[in-house]
Amino acid sequence: MAKRLDLKDVDIYYGDFHAVQDVNLSVAPRSVTSFIGPSGCGKSTVLRTLNRMHEEIPGARVDGEVLLDGEDIYARSSDAVSVRKTIGMVFQRPNPFPTMSIRDNVVAGLKLAGVRDKKKLDEVCEASLRGANLWKEVSERLDKPGGGLSGGQQQRLCIARAIAVQPDVLLMDEPCSALDPISTLAIEDLIDDLKKDYTIVIVTHNMQQAARVSDQTAFFNLEATGKPGKLVEIDDTATIFSNPKQQATEDYISGRFG
Amino acid sequence: MTERTTEQAPPQGPRDEDPAAGSATLDTVTDPGPARGGRSRGSSSGGRGERVFRGLTSGSGLLVVVAIAAIGLFLLVQAVPSLMANNANFFTSPLFDTRDPANLNFGIRDLVVVTVLSSLFALVLAMPVALGIALFLTHYAPRRVARPFAYVIDLLAAVPSIIYGLWGIAVLAPALLPVATWLQGNLGWFFLFAPGNLPVLTGTIFTGGVVLAVMILPIITAVTREVFAQTPRFHIEAAQALGATRWEVIRMAVLPYGRSGYIAGSMLGLGRALGETIAVLIVIRAATTPSNFSLFDGGYTFASLIASAASEFSQPLPTGAYIAAGLVLFVLTFVVNAIARVIAGGKVNG
Ligand SMILES: Nc1ncnc2c1ncn2[C@@H]1O[C@H](COP(=O)(O)OP(=O)(O)OP(=O)(O)O)[C@@H](O)[C@H]1O
Ligand SMILES: [Mg+2]
Repeated sequence: MAKRLDLKDVDIYYGDFHAVQDVNLSVAPRSVTSFIGPSGCGKSTVLRTLNRMHEEIPGARVDGEVLLDGEDIYARSSDAVSVRKTIGMVFQRPNPFPTMSIRDNVVAGLKLAGVRDKKKLDEVCEASLRGANLWKEVSERLDKPGGGLSGGQQQRLCIARAIAVQPDVLLMDEPCSALDPISTLAIEDLIDDLKKDYTIVIVTHNMQQAARVSDQTAFFNLEATGKPGKLVEIDDTATIFSNPKQQATEDYISGRFG
Repeated sequence: MTERTTEQAPPQGPRDEDPAAGSATLDTVTDPGPARGGRSRGSSSGGRGERVFRGLTSGSGLLVVVAIAAIGLFLLVQAVPSLMANNANFFTSPLFDTRDPANLNFGIRDLVVVTVLSSLFALVLAMPVALGIALFLTHYAPRRVARPFAYVIDLLAAVPSIIYGLWGIAVLAPALLPVATWLQGNLGWFFLFAPGNLPVLTGTIFTGGVVLAVMILPIITAVTREVFAQTPRFHIEAAQALGATRWEVIRMAVLPYGRSGYIAGSMLGLGRALGETIAVLIVIRAATTPSNFSLFDGGYTFASLIASAASEFSQPLPTGAYIAAGLVLFVLTFVVNAIARVIAGGKVNG
């Protein structure tokens, strides 16, 4: 299941614009890595290259290697659709399919993978909703549309949908930024649970959150607008927050912590 | 390089009611008006503006309702004397004979059949084509193909009805003859393809329906394309991130979102087909015997009959007969609209 990720000399472009330069990093299986850094430095861009969502933007392209357990997901033999089936993603804004029932939302990925067995779908649906800590709240209304849940519930539904296919890696782009503190805590607890089974990469603007949930933290920065973003430093979360090697990291962290 | 289309969807979303709802509960005592907090200070001028605006909007809304009611009433008042003088059953008689004002014999049975059959047939032809074109334009075609293609489709709407009529009878009817012959030969047991009340297979409801289909295609396509293009990025990304292929993305995100718009567009098209006059008048031949509920029938639609009889409108009683027919068409389009609303309203989404 959980696989490791290695980025080797990754450069990311939007047309002529060089958005992110020369990223090298590794993510161990069953760990949480968080991406932090100022707005526009390319955190989302890097995250979206990890499941080949980046290339959906016209003109966008990626150089370098992104290895999933040693296999390049950008190799000619692999295609974006199958990569995304094994690397799940949760977005900043909860995006359940609004008219689909809660159950169908959860098993949407399985259905895409061709699973038709009703019993199996129901089992996975329950397990995923339990995994996402949502089962108790929705077990009575699985046939109601996913759009009828609260924001925090919708986000957990999206997490359930992402883990229903048992992805090798789970990517989350500011999954809590649209949520209240209680839902945020619920999701942080969930990430802690999920890390037993999944490799997780999370983008966050909330440094306490990065400190709370992640084993490893990557700091991205931007020298100037128009310049490409860079990975400044990646290390154990404890080290990054207490004793970073780079001055820029120190400045960013202390500036934010005040 | 400053535009950022992927990330940071606009902050106001369908789920953002929470803050507004919160402020509404705080404000309930002071002002039950629109729940945008922070208004209480300048309430006197804001309140007046609000009132003027509300008066203006509800006034113009009312005006439209009154206008429609007035049109309906006008039709009814004109129609009633003729309906009283009618010697035939208005709903079941296939005849529409108003030549002798002292002996009116008119019924709408065949008008309904021809109008509904030709319009529904047009809709059945146009809907899938419009759907295909709209999907192609919004999700398959590269931009530099999509632009001119969409333009050409829109141009179809600019062609005058009379041209469609001429084209239909002069070009399309003969071209469709082999198709019609084949259909009747092989599927003639089915009532829609059974022999009709015309001696030939051209200038039938079938021909008229195809012409109408071409005429309503641009409206349906334009509306559908518009809603499909507005499918929120984050719905599309939800499907893509699960590993959906392009077609699966369309099925999971685009179609559910655009469904009600597609239906609404189709109903606009149906409304246009029901009321289309001159093209139908030219294309569909008059028949001398009652309709057989076949696509190979001829006859008049409500609109084409009324147009064809314009010269008789000098006497009130015959005129009233046509106005009665017009009233039915009016109600028919209303019903179509209402049905469309029910279908579209069932699963509207943000
Ligand atoms: N679709 C796009 N087309 C062109 N440029 C883009 C696009 N999306 C992002 N960019 C650019 O790429 C750079 C990195 O953007 P990205 O969204 O990855 O930043 P981020 O670190 O996630 O910022 P934030 O914290 O605000 O989400 C920015 O300069 C941005 O303007
Ligand atoms: Mg971002």
